[in-house]
Amino acid sequence: MPTPKPKPKPKLAVIKLASCDGCQLSLLDCEDELLAVAGALDIAYFPEASSRLLKGPYDVTLVEGSVTTAADRERLAALRRESRLLITIGACATSGGIQALRNFQSYPELARSVYAHPEYLDSLATSSGVAEHIPVDYELRGCPVDKSQLLEVLIAALHGRAPRLPRHSVCLECKRRGVVCVTVAHGTPCLGPVTQTGCGALCPRFSRGCFGCFGPSDTPRVQALAPVLASVGATDTDVARLYGTFNVGAPAFGDEHRVRLPVVE
Amino acid sequence: MSSIRTLSPPFVLPRARLDDLFERLRARGYRVIGPRVRDGVIVLDTVKSSADLPVGYTDEHAPGRYRLRRRNDDAVFGFVVGPDSFKRTFLVPVQRLFRARRDGDRVRFSPEPVDTSKVALVGARGCDLAAIETQDEILAEGAHADPFYVARREAAFIVAVSCSESRSSCFCTSFGTGPRPTRGFDLSLTELLDGPHRFLVEIGSAEALEIATELGLSTASEQDQGAAAGIALRTSRGMERQLDTQGLREMLLSRLEHPHWQDVGSRCLACTNCTAVCPTCFCVDIVDKSSLDGESHERTRQHDSCFSADYSAVHGHPVRNDVAARYRQWLTHKLATWIDQFGRSGCVGCGRCITWCPAAIDLTREVARLRDDVSLETDP
Repeated sequence: MPTPKPKPKPKLAVIKLASCDGCQLSLLDCEDELLAVAGALDIAYFPEASSRLLKGPYDVTLVEGSVTTAADRERLAALRRESRLLITIGACATSGGIQALRNFQSYPELARSVYAHPEYLDSLATSSGVAEHIPVDYELRGCPVDKSQLLEVLIAALHGRAPRLPRHSVCLECKRRGVVCVTVAHGTPCLGPVTQTGCGALCPRFSRGCFGCFGPSDTPRVQALAPVLASVGATDTDVARLYGTFNVGAPAFGDEHRVRLPVVE
Repeated sequence: MSSIRTLSPPFVLPRARLDDLFERLRARGYRVIGPRVRDGVIVLDTVKSSADLPVGYTDEHAPGRYRLRRRNDDAVFGFVVGPDSFKRTFLVPVQRLFRARRDGDRVRFSPEPVDTSKVALVGARGCDLAAIETQDEILAEGAHADPFYVARREAAFIVAVSCSESRSSCFCTSFGTGPRPTRGFDLSLTELLDGPHRFLVEIGSAEALEIATELGLSTASEQDQGAAAGIALRTSRGMERQLDTQGLREMLLSRLEHPHWQDVGSRCLACTNCTAVCPTCFCVDIVDKSSLDGESHERTRQHDSCFSADYSAVHGHPVRNDVAARYRQWLTHKLATWIDQFGRSGCVGCGRCITWCPAAIDLTREVARLRDDVSLETDP
């Protein structure tokens, strides 16, 4: 009896838009599991890791980075067509990243203040997440993404099930780990109550306030958090800065950032 | 495990011999878990000797605020409860349930062994003991006993401590759970700071009596017993916070559509802290994890909270999207429907949910406002 032909391995593509590459590096950072990942998936397109670049279609496409140019937008539309599962990785790809701060200012003025010849620029006035442009199957939060969540999403894709990506607050993770509440015990401003879990409560574990790099939780009560932040001494400017980072493009954080921004006369 | 209060007249243990008690516990194979200072808070963790305890420390509590302070004496237990409770010891935050491996056409299951290692809990307060008793009824007794909980619970030796001071979050007297432990301990200490620094030792189990005998403790004088009773009375009388439990279940269940739920819902962060620090909240989530090659699998359970949206997800979508509905669910379960379900209140008056709510939501105040309609309009 002839031996059955081995099933071809699912093809993986890793695509980068406007980003720092840190999230794709998280994949290469899966040191212990990297060989197993390479064994289970055919890494077909991953310029950061290999010069072998295979054409689509792909079974799983990981997209890093935000949409900042018209070219990005067109590329995404094509990518969606040739990807069975399309998963965004990181704050840039989910909410526009730190570069979404441009969304809160006049783009022409900003361009003039940075570039001697802004006329050579060909970019959009805003930085946005991928899901604003094409349908996305799953989103991985974080700046950068969490390695174990990245593996979970790949494992789930391989076995045809939904990944487990909890949406609750960082607080629950702190309490499971026995991490002391930095707001209640130290008076430190912390975005943990409004931020989605997934990081393993990394900052509070080192007595630092959460800075919201995983973006809004399932129930981001930013308005209820405002008096809490004020009670531990955070001014409006402090609060604007707290929300004005990697997930400022997420509406819950961006709206509060805008409201707290000092008014410039 | 459970015990009655006095198997013998009380003894007295000099402060200088507290480490002998630790040594006896260790000699009997117990790992000692007790209060110790970490990151500016009194947490529960492994303690090796009395030097690890928060000697000379005390705690300040207010809604949404906790601070550690130095005392001007060397009291060993001169504080109340921190964010941790012994729930972490018995219903551990993350518990593996089983592992499974594919073996040809079959799947082989390896059940997770239960943990029977002996643990001595030092410093359980009256409210803590009531919380353990409450969880015992749910997780150790009845038709749905949890083997992991039962194993840890049966391997525990409990050294209770009578509270000699209360803090502003405390309201154990409203539920009659403290300040003096009356049952549910193996051994109970009351710290006496007048005269020579010493502890009144009450015996709640045969093993505790053996330990007291091994230590050669002398019987407590009537003065020492009177001093301990006086401390408990003073602590009770000094407790300012109250929760009116009279008709509480009926009151809450008759106000399910009250506008005050929206008021508290507007302040609530839905952050889950109250449920996480509550020593009786027992909700867990089940988590499945598979390997990359699909050959192995493990299932764990972890503490969960009714304040997260996905807790109430049915067919993929939460049924309690409104935060007011989540707070109502928690409060009415804790104080009202818990009674229908388990025959007692789910609250023991420890005050953890008050201190550790970042938004300073105070359940005693919310209940008072629900009870007293009139104050709703005038209360700022």
